[in-house]
Amino acid sequence: MSADTTSTTPKLNVRTPAQPGRRTFGKWFATTGWRHLIGVALCIYAAFPLLYVLSASLNPNGTLLSSNGFFSTIGFQSYIDLFHNEQRPYAAWFANTLIIGLTTAAASVFLGALAAYSFSRMRFTGRRVGLVSLLVVQIFPQLLAVVAIFILLTSLGDVFPALGIDNQIALIMVYLGGALGVNTYLMYGFFNTIPVEIDEAAKIDGAGHARIFFTMILRLVAPILAVVGLLSFISSTSDFVLASVVLVSPENQTLAVGLYSYVSEEFTSNWSVFAAGAVLAALPVMALFLFLQKYIVGGLTAGAGK
Amino acid sequence: MTMTAPPAPPNSTQDPKRKLSPAAKRFANASGTSLGSILIKIIMVALIDATAVFAIFTAIGREAWLIATVIAVITVVINVVYFKKGWLPAKYLLPGTIFLLIFQVFVIGYTGYIAFTNYGSGHNSDKADAVSALLQSNQERVAGSPGYPVALYTGEDGLAMVVEKDGQQMLGDVDDALAPVDPATLANYTQLKFADLLSRQGEVTSLKVAISDDPAEGTLRTSDGRTAYQYTSSLSYDRDADTMTDQKTGTVYTDTGVGAFTAQDGTQLMPGWSINVGFDNFTRAFTDSSIRGALFSVSVWTFAFAFLSVASTFFLGLFLAIVFNDMRMKGRKIYRVISILPYAFPAFLGGLVWAGMLNKDFGFVNQVLFGGAGIPWLTDPWLAKFSVLWVNLWLGFPYMFLVCTGALQSIPQELSEAATIDGAKPFQIFRLIKLPLLLVSVAPLLISSFAFNFNNFNVIYMLTEGGPRLEDAGLNVGSTDILISMVYKVAFVGSQRDYGLASAFSIIIFVIVAIISIISFKQTKALEELN
Repeated sequence: MSADTTSTTPKLNVRTPAQPGRRTFGKWFATTGWRHLIGVALCIYAAFPLLYVLSASLNPNGTLLSSNGFFSTIGFQSYIDLFHNEQRPYAAWFANTLIIGLTTAAASVFLGALAAYSFSRMRFTGRRVGLVSLLVVQIFPQLLAVVAIFILLTSLGDVFPALGIDNQIALIMVYLGGALGVNTYLMYGFFNTIPVEIDEAAKIDGAGHARIFFTMILRLVAPILAVVGLLSFISSTSDFVLASVVLVSPENQTLAVGLYSYVSEEFTSNWSVFAAGAVLAALPVMALFLFLQKYIVGGLTAGAGK
Repeated sequence: MTMTAPPAPPNSTQDPKRKLSPAAKRFANASGTSLGSILIKIIMVALIDATAVFAIFTAIGREAWLIATVIAVITVVINVVYFKKGWLPAKYLLPGTIFLLIFQVFVIGYTGYIAFTNYGSGHNSDKADAVSALLQSNQERVAGSPGYPVALYTGEDGLAMVVEKDGQQMLGDVDDALAPVDPATLANYTQLKFADLLSRQGEVTSLKVAISDDPAEGTLRTSDGRTAYQYTSSLSYDRDADTMTDQKTGTVYTDTGVGAFTAQDGTQLMPGWSINVGFDNFTRAFTDSSIRGALFSVSVWTFAFAFLSVASTFFLGLFLAIVFNDMRMKGRKIYRVISILPYAFPAFLGGLVWAGMLNKDFGFVNQVLFGGAGIPWLTDPWLAKFSVLWVNLWLGFPYMFLVCTGALQSIPQELSEAATIDGAKPFQIFRLIKLPLLLVSVAPLLISSFAFNFNNFNVIYMLTEGGPRLEDAGLNVGSTDILISMVYKVAFVGSQRDYGLASAFSIIIFVIVAIISIISFKQTKALEELN
């Protein structure tokens, strides 16, 4: 691929003066035509698997083999079957994923904003140490400690069942533990771009710190709150490791864990129903993503990547 | 803002305060340094305190001293921080910090502790639990022992037995050993009728009530709900000698310090208990040839996977960014939106869908694209590695495409114009001017992408589950497993779970990640200085 890069770049920067009038096909191809060729190939590579899932989901009672006929049959039976399987409660998975994702997102935005506000606006002993240790902590992803988390929740659950294994509150709390490290830095940078003069003016007007934070700062940093919320929503809804360890019974599981069990336990026979589940699970995330594309990319460039 | 705002008519929407929702307004008014704010604070802290006191009593009731202490300390800290004047930063930092300390910092330390134990299947608990579990199992009726007339009751903890013993009414259930009971307490229970006995037959016959707190005395069991007999284990525990003796065979099992009662010939009684095994797990990881080989090949593949993933996504993304970064080209937006789709698709679903498409016998790729050829995309060690990289390229190239496009567009046009005037050829401009500038802005992202792929569990596990299995490995580890999926499989997949060894692997990953981070921090600093 690098060879391609080097061979095509010269054409890029040739500053051909605009040529009015007709052009030959050869010339068109040399300037932009070949780019379209690559573009079409790219679209096939990028979109084909997605079209494949869509077609498989519309192929009622489809096995993996019969799903290979591309849009040869159209029917919505798989979508109906999906919601009528008592061993695999898709509706519950969907609701659980939304609840866990939204709660985690909202709470981590709040916790992160509180921390970022204090780091950005206050000067106190231990501030630098705090920032550096946050940076160090976020190097070690939480899922490395999955064994310890499992054992911790097991022993907590003996005392408080609400905080134990197979409980969603416990999972949300675990996610929140990882929230501060990742999000505070992202927010801290953005908070710093809001002029301090605004705070000072409000202070002179008699506003307290909480009032400044809740009514002014939070509204000014709304874009980064949206980004952090969305990122933590996406990362918590697509998490498999922690969710599969913490959530045991089918009706408590999330989409990632549930759909995985769909595929791993009856791989080839129920492919169409799985595909329907995958389409429904992916649609909201993709819609959100394309809608907020600009913000996410901006946030990603500032933070970690996929 | 109110000070600098231009004079405006009284009801102007320009004034930010007017735009507040009623709820925010109420909150704003209440959260000044007024009586209201103090009231809110008191109520919040009071709620926390009440929950904490309840939790502490629950924990003490269950004899969980450590948990009770931790909750008490946290509660005291919360109270001090929020009622002390000043300490403003602490008020803002505390909520997040509590979660961070417990579920990130503590668990990392706890991982370190578990790595030095033999915690896992058969070694789940402490020694007292293991002794009573052993005595509970393998029970047989004591030959010639008398039957006790029994009555069955139901209470809060399920079924309970009431027997006449030593002239006293005694009650016991699954949790509590037999103890004298007075009629007032017995009123809280309801006696089972004959019909209930029949319908709950299974529960009745499986009910074991300990005769006393000493597990050696055995349990009472009943098969008909009328007469109970004493059952004792074929094992007997000698507390002073700390040995288990099998009454039937006469074999003596002693605690030899390996976390289980062990006979002279090496057979162990399971369950055992978890003990501190020192560096045993690490020694095993590095010297046991069946583990060492797997650990080595998994580590090498982890690095290769992370590096090749970053390299492939970056080069494809850069190539596409260059191709589509031509103002004369029409329809660039459409191409861009379509190519971003895989990135928006949840990664775990991407892995599962590709697993179906690459299936050897029924998948689309083999059946349609290769005309029915049985290419083992996911079951051949090398092809599986290729497939994992291919799918990760599909998932990851849009990100690099977006990033590179942004970076290319932010390079000022004047630079290449100046270079053209100086006589530089287009390729020279790219290699000597654009690429270095691009790398400076993209390098940190490449490093974070490397770190992400280093622990990219989802794509590996959803596509191949780490398989195909390494044949010479003593663990359930496959040739596409990366370190994190190996940890997961050793700890949670299959019947033999080894938390201790998995934690030792985790610690090894921690060390690797720390080293990489130190190097990369230095590297990025060097790059910044270059600029």
